[in-house]
Amino acid sequence: MSTLANTKPKSVLWDYLTTVDHKKIAILYLVAGGFFFIVGGIEAMLIRIQLAVPENTFVGADTYNELMTMHGTTMIFLAAMPLIFALMNAVVPLQIGARDVAFPFLNALGFWLFLMGGIFLNLGWFLGGAPDAGWTSYASLSLYSPGHGIDFYTLGLQISGAGTLIGGINFLVTIINMRAPGMTYMRMPLFTWTVFVASALILFAFPPLTVGIFLMIFDRLFGANFFDPTLGGNTIIWEHLFWIFGHPEVYILILPAFGVFSEVFATFSRKRLFGYTSMVFAIVLIGFLGFMVWVHHMFTTGLGPIANAIFAVATMAIAVPTGIKIFNWLLTMWGGSISFTTPMLYAVSFIPSFVLGGVTGIMLAAAPADYQYHDTYFVVAHFHYVIVGGVVLGLLAGVTYWWPKMFGKMLDEKLGKITFWLFLIGFHLTFFIQHFVGLMGMPRRVWTFLDGQGWNTANLISSIGAVFMAVAVLVLVINIIKTSMSKQQADGDAWGDGRTLEWAIPSPPPEYNFKQTPLVRGLDPLWIEKMEGRKEIVPAEPVGDIHMPNGSILPLLMSLGLFIAAIGFLYRNDYAWGDPIGAGGLFITFASMFLRSWIDDHGYHIHKEELIDEEEKEVK
Amino acid sequence: MGKWRLLSLLSFVVLFLSGCGEPFISTLTPAGEVADAQYELMLLSTAIMVLVVVVVTVIFIYVIIRFRRKGRESYLPRQVEGNHKLEILWTVIPILLLVVLAVPTVSYTFKLADTREMKNAKDPEDAVVVNVRANLYWWEFEYKNQKIVTSQDLVVPTDEKVYFNLQASDVKHSFWIPAVGGKLDTNTDGTNKFYLEFDSKRSKEAGNVFYGKCAELCGPSHALMDFKVKAVDRESFDQWAKDLANTKPEVTTAEASAGEEVFKQNCLSCHAVDAGDKRPAEARTAPNLAGFADREKIAGVLEHNEENLKKWIENPESVKPGNKMTGTYKELTPEQVDELTQYLQTLKLKE
Repeated sequence: MSTLANTKPKSVLWDYLTTVDHKKIAILYLVAGGFFFIVGGIEAMLIRIQLAVPENTFVGADTYNELMTMHGTTMIFLAAMPLIFALMNAVVPLQIGARDVAFPFLNALGFWLFLMGGIFLNLGWFLGGAPDAGWTSYASLSLYSPGHGIDFYTLGLQISGAGTLIGGINFLVTIINMRAPGMTYMRMPLFTWTVFVASALILFAFPPLTVGIFLMIFDRLFGANFFDPTLGGNTIIWEHLFWIFGHPEVYILILPAFGVFSEVFATFSRKRLFGYTSMVFAIVLIGFLGFMVWVHHMFTTGLGPIANAIFAVATMAIAVPTGIKIFNWLLTMWGGSISFTTPMLYAVSFIPSFVLGGVTGIMLAAAPADYQYHDTYFVVAHFHYVIVGGVVLGLLAGVTYWWPKMFGKMLDEKLGKITFWLFLIGFHLTFFIQHFVGLMGMPRRVWTFLDGQGWNTANLISSIGAVFMAVAVLVLVINIIKTSMSKQQADGDAWGDGRTLEWAIPSPPPEYNFKQTPLVRGLDPLWIEKMEGRKEIVPAEPVGDIHMPNGSILPLLMSLGLFIAAIGFLYRNDYAWGDPIGAGGLFITFASMFLRSWIDDHGYHIHKEELIDEEEKEVK
Repeated sequence: MGKWRLLSLLSFVVLFLSGCGEPFISTLTPAGEVADAQYELMLLSTAIMVLVVVVVTVIFIYVIIRFRRKGRESYLPRQVEGNHKLEILWTVIPILLLVVLAVPTVSYTFKLADTREMKNAKDPEDAVVVNVRANLYWWEFEYKNQKIVTSQDLVVPTDEKVYFNLQASDVKHSFWIPAVGGKLDTNTDGTNKFYLEFDSKRSKEAGNVFYGKCAELCGPSHALMDFKVKAVDRESFDQWAKDLANTKPEVTTAEASAGEEVFKQNCLSCHAVDAGDKRPAEARTAPNLAGFADREKIAGVLEHNEENLKKWIENPESVKPGNKMTGTYKELTPEQVDELTQYLQTLKLKE
């Protein structure tokens, strides 16, 4: 009996609960991220219904602040980040010719921590009140906010954040250590480059958030006074810690989207990326500068003219590498042969949409002007333009583009185009007008607005756009269901014009990705082979045994332990069982960690004979 | 798709330049030198950015039309690695454009932060200095040199710099009069300082009353934490300050007198009716009501009439969820509410 058969999972559920395979973890991230995207979208719909007319009473003030807070928190931490991680997991190991990430066990742990944190964050809805101090949860209001809402925020985010940090470290090591022979850094696909830099940003940006959240947990649940000025604390330090994380965070979000677009533009223009070296340089510069600008979120905090002037100029600097990228993408299409597939439609529409968001960013960088824009709908318009017009379009493009690689089937093109147009129209309808209503004096984070201030029409238009986006997402869901039920088998090179390694293997790939590690002969390795008349990549090694890791339930248990601990600590000042449950949860986590360290698990091997057998079956 | 975008872009610029919105609240109808400076920067940055967007859009439209694959399925394009000249061009030009924006940005940043004059303002004839204290969900305005404390309606002189000390008493808020200048946060730690200037001509065009907003999420009624700004000439301002200092309740009817009793028993511990309130800031936990009867709004948001006043007194929570007046006094009978209303209407500014 072959070892391959021994490793067949007992059931699909157990397989996914214990998997350490990056391809399955990608699917887990996709499903969870997709679910939370819909939750965040519903929260957005409720917000826009409330704001459709002045002095509306669709939801109360408390509920509105919770909806607004959870919409932002969910979309950024529980939808965008996980969907990006889905693409990172599905694609990066394949693009560099690796069989998995550097630390498969940690990869699974990263996912379960995210999921447990995300669930915990949303428990507030059912247990007395969700967080209501904005996704930024500024210190004074957070300490003041009654009930446990903010505690769900701090504890939930801390758990999820740990998962993200683990993921970042994993991909850094994977990209540094596991590239196939011949793939130098300057031969890596752009998507891998953006994941590389984004992972470095995660590594340095998440710790400040972790620190800030710990201080908030200590203040709210353990009687500390870090943020209470009457007892020697300081509220502004929260703003600094949050934004030192928060600004790099938005570059963590956008860089992988840039990476997706680089792949899509090249593939569907049948041209190599224009100015590869500058594109890489721009990514690195954006990542670096992303750490130098956080105070532009605090121009009205009162730090003084010197601080404001320095950070205004630093913020403007980021326009330069970003502009370089936009022109390089345009020139990639120039002279090419452009095919408007669904991913390409997203990429093409991203250019004007993101540029609009980027230029309002430069307007915001002018500090004295920002004194007018800050905390108004102008800012809301700006960041939705860059996040929806940049990150979400990128995710939609990436998911559509790599869907056949992940699932072996192509999403329906017609439905894809319907989703695209509805979403694009709705997006512009909702957010373009918000620039103006902000300039006309409307602050943000307002539960309602009074009549007679000139804001009524704009808000109504904005709300109508939201309906378009909702329908678009609905069509996407229908597309996914229809595709899953369809009978089709996508090619390895599903779109026909693949340039990079992931398109050189079957769709979906076998468990071990590459039977033989590929030999990379240049940038766009598959394209090079195609130009020389070959259909496959030259292997870098003979067929041999492949060493694979076993699955494990421990990542799930470790995350569950932290979840239980969080429940205990949340209630520690209300019930006697609080601290014991907290300790109990931590015990589960540490015991699982101990088991992982103590038990020797050497994985299993897929033997050479089975691989050759498979190949012969295929050939027949 | 590209044409649509170009059209919306043009309308963006047109709307912008025409200054839309209501003149008492729009940043596009500046009514003072601070808002003017900010509007100038807004226009300059918009102009530069429109230029960038137009260039990108033109290239973009050309590319997606000219290089479509339709009808040339087997065409294999030339694989172009890059072009050094172009790359330098589109690096240097944006840098130059940013320098054009950065110079006035830095210059105005320092100019708008110049509050040196404040320390010379000691007497009532000097520059007006307002100590703003933001609370959940009301605003207190203390004029130290004029020796008065008032709330909700900010009265200021026109055509001169008015200075502000900004603080918050409970959580972070932000003080913003959109038509007159950008905002500055009111923090619970430290005091922020800035100035605004109210142009007399444009104040008149706006009806002499500007809308003020809280611009930092502070709780459920953040959206309702409005204040109003009355801009009058310096002479009228000085007169108003003197009048307010001398304002005392003038109770002439029996109902109002009964109302005064209700007030003393239920409200006086928090609400002063004397603008010369000498209590320290921590003790001033509710708006000062001297001159209340002449205020633009009740509780910052309600039309000022008897019906709304009764509504506010009977059920403040229904007007401003989460406000700090709810539950601080025992339930009043309808009669008591009537009497209290009559009393409050006597709190007029002494002319």
